[in-house]
Amino acid sequence: MRFHLTEEQAAIQDAVRGTLTDAWPMDRLHAFADGEADFDSESWSALMALGIGGLALPDEQGGAGLGLLEAALVCEMAGEAAAPGPVIGQILAAMAVSASADPHARLWLERIASGDAVATLAFGSNLVQSAGAAQLFLTEAADGGLELVEAGEGVTIEPVTSTDRSRPVSRVDFDGAKTYRLCSGDDPLADRIRDAALILVAADALGGAQHCTDLSVAYAKEREQFGQSIGRFQGLKHQLAHMALDVEPARALVWYAAYAWDAALPDAPRAAAMAKAHLCEVYTRATRAAIAVHGGIGYTWEYGLNYWFRRAILDRAWLGGPAVQRARAAELAGW
Amino acid sequence: MDLSYGAEAEVFRGKVRAFLAAEWQPAERRKAELRDFIRAFRNKAVEAGFLYRSVPKRYGGSEQPVDVIKAQVIREEFGRARAPMEVGGNGVNMTVPTLLEKGTEEQRELFIRKTIEGDFIWGQGYSEPGSGSDLASVRTKAELSADGSKWIVNGQKIWTSQGGKATHMFMLVRTEPDAAKHDGITYLLMDLDQPGVTRRPIRQMTGMEGDDTFYEFFFDDAEAPATWQVGERGQGWYVSRTTLKHERAAIGGADGLGRQFAKLVELAKEMGRIGDPLVRDRLAEIEGRVMAHRYSSFRLFSCQAAGDDAGPVQLMMKLLLTEIGHDMALLAQDLIGAEGLIEPSEAGTRSGATARRGPNKWLDQIMGSLGNSIAGGASNIQRNIIAERGLGLPRDLAMSAEK
Repeated sequence: MRFHLTEEQAAIQDAVRGTLTDAWPMDRLHAFADGEADFDSESWSALMALGIGGLALPDEQGGAGLGLLEAALVCEMAGEAAAPGPVIGQILAAMAVSASADPHARLWLERIASGDAVATLAFGSNLVQSAGAAQLFLTEAADGGLELVEAGEGVTIEPVTSTDRSRPVSRVDFDGAKTYRLCSGDDPLADRIRDAALILVAADALGGAQHCTDLSVAYAKEREQFGQSIGRFQGLKHQLAHMALDVEPARALVWYAAYAWDAALPDAPRAAAMAKAHLCEVYTRATRAAIAVHGGIGYTWEYGLNYWFRRAILDRAWLGGPAVQRARAAELAGW
Repeated sequence: MDLSYGAEAEVFRGKVRAFLAAEWQPAERRKAELRDFIRAFRNKAVEAGFLYRSVPKRYGGSEQPVDVIKAQVIREEFGRARAPMEVGGNGVNMTVPTLLEKGTEEQRELFIRKTIEGDFIWGQGYSEPGSGSDLASVRTKAELSADGSKWIVNGQKIWTSQGGKATHMFMLVRTEPDAAKHDGITYLLMDLDQPGVTRRPIRQMTGMEGDDTFYEFFFDDAEAPATWQVGERGQGWYVSRTTLKHERAAIGGADGLGRQFAKLVELAKEMGRIGDPLVRDRLAEIEGRVMAHRYSSFRLFSCQAAGDDAGPVQLMMKLLLTEIGHDMALLAQDLIGAEGLIEPSEAGTRSGATARRGPNKWLDQIMGSLGNSIAGGASNIQRNIIAERGLGLPRDLAMSAEK
């Protein structure tokens, strides 16, 4: 029985957090948010140097042989730092291609694992992150199967002004692009990858919600009004306690969903839907509460809280919002 | 992560099952015999090392090394067999650990065996009409008799569960009126069968009163031997803060909530509402919290088994449970609709023509969930604890001002 992080798992999180602290400080995020680019190669290289692209690949494919749980721990850190780049897409593309039988698609595997080839997720919506930088798009076919689309001829990218400034999206259209069919819609792999996507978005939301809580607590300790630190006032304290009460227990739900996926437990699809729904609610509440706790400074662009607020909007809408996931979970429960 | 208990635990599970198969066949016992049968069964379970694991053998326990996994296996298997576990209640949960930590040899000899065998039932004498969340403000007074042989107690205690059956009370009494608030309290044990003690049941908002609810106690020159004081005179506040962490972590805490949620889903089906998208959405929304609570309890259990600190989440479990209970109450109230206009008959009684227990039995939970926000540390106190101990925020103005 083990249901908390091992030292190795905690070390993975520390490594990702440390890398992002150096490679993605607030001034870089500010510059990126005001710029035109939809990708930051410097922080991407730093993350990929940790082996994140191949983290969930088996040893014999040059991967780290870790599971979705470790992938979720990485995505949590990306969410905490509001890191740019399609980290979720990269991990999922590596997993999907590695499990696919298509020999031509598999030729990409090494470059996906190393991060040389940027792969982004194009499920559900045609608004796709880092589309300008991506060489590969993981997409769904009409039958629900998975496909890998190569950038180039047949891929049209129309820039938009993205609400989420840390993961800018573009409108992408595929028409006759070079496509590898990874699996058909009735292959269990397709649903497995979709479930994994839900869990990794939930993990991003967890990291973001935790960051909002941490910033709010730190601010409440240093900000003074009426000659006191505002963290001493019970009204604010209780608001902060409720943020923590929302976020901290939800961590174990993300762990369970990832564990159930790794162990291929029967309730894994349901746990994935519940985790996506619950964590996106938690993230939305945390961003709103954080800005309320901060007061005026939280409403400024400069302070930066808005980047997480905007990221929560993407996480929530991506792959189906909470109500959609709850309806699926109810269906899967046989209610 | 791994939710299995491991091979060693499964071997142990086999032992527990074999024991239960051999020793627990209550079916053919008549009611009169059952009491003795249960007592004898508990004694055998102690001999086998399954009950009272933290209590030394000389006081009637089985004195086993701390092992939260084994303790969990025992709970699961006894639960499955519907076999009686420890007698429970305040005596086993609070008096015994307190005496083991702070009691005198005489007190341990006198009370522990009788308590774990169920002969002594303990009421908690903490709250008073004027002392709720601010427990250290207790005013029930105790003074030593002239010869110093006994404490004379005057005052009132309230919210004592099992107060109708209680034979004894552990209580906080003010013995040093001139000392600072927290330093003037003594932890005292008392025999409740004496003329100076009057008890009265409190009728709850649920309408319930009697043995299963709370009592209030009045002390009018009630007496307790001076040797029944636990710990130093004036140090009672700190004695009451002593809690042993022996095998406390239990996955079981989350099971109750999960079972209640399953019943809520059944209620939605019974009321013909399970196909309603709004009801399905609310159910799934609540279940997200139920799952967060369940897997957090696994996390706490895992941390305790490994001897690791679980961090702030351990401070959150009670408030989380309370809040989920409120959410469930609100949905249950909508689901039962007009069924809730008829008061249900009391749990355990046969349904009569006028007061049946149909969907309206959820009124017990709808009202009872409010009790969770009050008992064992009110919700606003829980929020203070999370904020101060969990998040490191400064102490409340009013609380840091007093001494």
